[in-house]
Amino acid sequence: MKKLNIDFAKLGPLIGLVFIIILLSFLNDNFFTVNNILNLLRQISINALIAFGMTFVILTAGIDLSVGSLLALGSALTAGMMASGMDPMLAIFLGLLIGLLLGAFNGIIITKGKVAPFIATLATMTIFRGATLVYTDGRPITGLSDSPIFVMMGKGYLFWIPIPVIFMIIAFVILYFVLNNTVFGRRVYAVGGNEQAATLSGIKTDSVKIWVYALTGMLSVLAGIILTSRLNSAQPTAGTMYELDAIAAVVIGGTSLMGGRGRITGTLIGALIIGVISNGLNLLNVSSFYQQIVKGAVILFAVMLDRRSN
Amino acid sequence: MSEHYFVQMSKINKSFSGVHVLKDIDFHVKRGEVHALMGENGAGKSTLIKILCGIYSRDTGTVKVKEEEVTFTNPKDAEIKGINIIHQELNIIPELTVSQNMFLGKELTYGKFGVLNKNKMRQATLDSLQELGVTNIDPDELAGDLSVGQQQMIEIARALATQSELIVMDEPTAALTDREIEALFKVIYSLRDKGVSIIYVSHRMEEIFQICDRITVLRDGEYVGTTIVKETTFDETVRMMVGRELGERFPTRHAEIKEKVLEIDNLSLTDRFSNISFHVKAGEILGIAGLMGAGRTEVLETLFGYRKKTAGTVKLHGKDLVIKHPLDAIRAGIAFVTEDRKDKGLVLNGSIRENIALTNTKAISNSGVVSKVKERKLVQDLMEKLHVRSAGMHQEVNSLSGGNQQKVVIAKWIGIQPKVLLLDEPTRGVDIGAKKEIYSIMNELSELGVAIIMISSELPEVLGVSDRIIVMHEGTITGELQSDEADQEKIMTAATGRVKYEEA
Repeated sequence: MKKLNIDFAKLGPLIGLVFIIILLSFLNDNFFTVNNILNLLRQISINALIAFGMTFVILTAGIDLSVGSLLALGSALTAGMMASGMDPMLAIFLGLLIGLLLGAFNGIIITKGKVAPFIATLATMTIFRGATLVYTDGRPITGLSDSPIFVMMGKGYLFWIPIPVIFMIIAFVILYFVLNNTVFGRRVYAVGGNEQAATLSGIKTDSVKIWVYALTGMLSVLAGIILTSRLNSAQPTAGTMYELDAIAAVVIGGTSLMGGRGRITGTLIGALIIGVISNGLNLLNVSSFYQQIVKGAVILFAVMLDRRSN
Repeated sequence: MSEHYFVQMSKINKSFSGVHVLKDIDFHVKRGEVHALMGENGAGKSTLIKILCGIYSRDTGTVKVKEEEVTFTNPKDAEIKGINIIHQELNIIPELTVSQNMFLGKELTYGKFGVLNKNKMRQATLDSLQELGVTNIDPDELAGDLSVGQQQMIEIARALATQSELIVMDEPTAALTDREIEALFKVIYSLRDKGVSIIYVSHRMEEIFQICDRITVLRDGEYVGTTIVKETTFDETVRMMVGRELGERFPTRHAEIKEKVLEIDNLSLTDRFSNISFHVKAGEILGIAGLMGAGRTEVLETLFGYRKKTAGTVKLHGKDLVIKHPLDAIRAGIAFVTEDRKDKGLVLNGSIRENIALTNTKAISNSGVVSKVKERKLVQDLMEKLHVRSAGMHQEVNSLSGGNQQKVVIAKWIGIQPKVLLLDEPTRGVDIGAKKEIYSIMNELSELGVAIIMISSELPEVLGVSDRIIVMHEGTITGELQSDEADQEKIMTAATGRVKYEEA
């Protein structure tokens, strides 16, 4: 009986996803087509990239509310560098580095400044958004590079797969490996599972946390650059509320907000569930107002299911 | 006859995740008696008491209070029947004042709308403390600013303030000074004379023979018997508790004591302890005795780099050692089995494998990538070596028994092949079988030349296991004894700070 529950808890999100897909396939003929599925995957790739980072953060019993603002700031700076004629590759590299550093800044405030993650990133969320607005003067940055590499990032295809999806898959494979097969991954779980025990086991918990926030910062900016490429402009309000979708994906995927427990595979499934629902409801012509209600209900349902099986 | 009994617990059974911790226990307490509940750690005393107080539910068996069968589902039910418990772990909220703590959950109010009658509570607090002979506690003081002993007195006063017919006292004297103990005993006598029953849980034989009327002994979750104090002896009680002669409790040691390994010189931590100096040699087991709150754990935590020392030096093999983080200590070959395995020793959600791997990442990885093969082998070997009983290395440590959890903690540290092993209450909450296994492991390690420092609050353990014993009292070392010249009395004298023994 107990065994059954545990398996169900692991498989729960996947079963939910399959169920929703089957349901939508019956409700709308256009849902389960190659085109729509590829489109859907591209839609979720941005949220998935951020949510992968968020998974690490939440596994350490933290939270990062600043990801949306960081996405906006990182992509505005990258776009600004490109617009000023910098080599796009260099601009992208510097943009990602800025994401890494700003993420690390979050981590340093949390560990060295001893500010609770919720408060620290709530503050930086506002600061990063403000900085974006200052930098862009509240206007989109356009006139970006037409270098194929930059354009491909958001709009390109490899064979028939959208490039953003490729980024998502590569990030997933690498991060899955890091979490499950490296010493760093073990430490992430240990820090979230029991920070005192982790410290006493010789783990530098502060540095683990700083790296986790830095990773999330970099992934957010990567997502931002992909978005910029798709839109061919950097929007100062880009990424608003993205933190909530990312947290939702992590939570639907069964990762505990208390830390120490969870899987990145779950997060991928969580991001898919959110994506499938909005895509499906769009196809069914459900107004976006109602969509929000459905999305909220799904999050509640998933979390309550998870509670019961624990 | 049975109307004399206040509580009758009969044929009580209880299991936790498949481990049968109480087997057909009978426990009857008369009105107006002081009844000792004895047994080694892990014998099932606290489980039995938690069932009586409604914290756990029983699997089978009956509980009668005043001849009426009852089933408590929470502590409130038990309180209504007049049963109160004074916990061993303090239930004091440090941020609240003494009188707020005293009336927590049963605040006195004006009328029905929850407006607090602070004056009345303050006065009642003063009265209860007075009754205990305590005059140095202000009801408006923050509980967190009091000494551990004073906090314990508040716990006791709290139980007395409510109309109790039965009070369970779980190790009430562990943190008290002699004067406080005397006052407590006076209160116990007067309660008994008023017809209140008292269940007294303690490891201190002298106290039990001084104030108790009867003794019930449990061993390994089984009922051994009930004796009348006037008709029994220390030795008989110990035999009942241990089930065999004391001599077998601690395996014989053969280790050869060699050179000094670790030297601590004038280690200090403001407000916790000062000028702590001692050394430990290869193959030696150094016991650290003392009362709760004497600063023993803090010394080891500081030595290990978990707390920041304010002064002092640590030398390993004669060389100065700079330890700023536990990682530095581990790299130098020091391992630390912490006192509180749930808070500080284990990642409870994690599997046995993850927990053991945590300290052994070097051995099982190549440039940061974990080799699952090496990991499995290391974990398997350590689990076999320590006889960890489990459903496999993937089992969550949450669901292991106390003894097996402790073995996992020890396993994760033995994996690093330490030169110095720090053990803080290594057998607390561990059953007798696992205890003996832990002693054997300590012996094996010391025979391999590991220097061991062990904190223990159980005097027989300190005496039975150590080669040398230092005693701490309020943050200083008040005694050092060779084990052959040490006895319980000498240790207790030093632990209460009365006499300073010099090394022989």
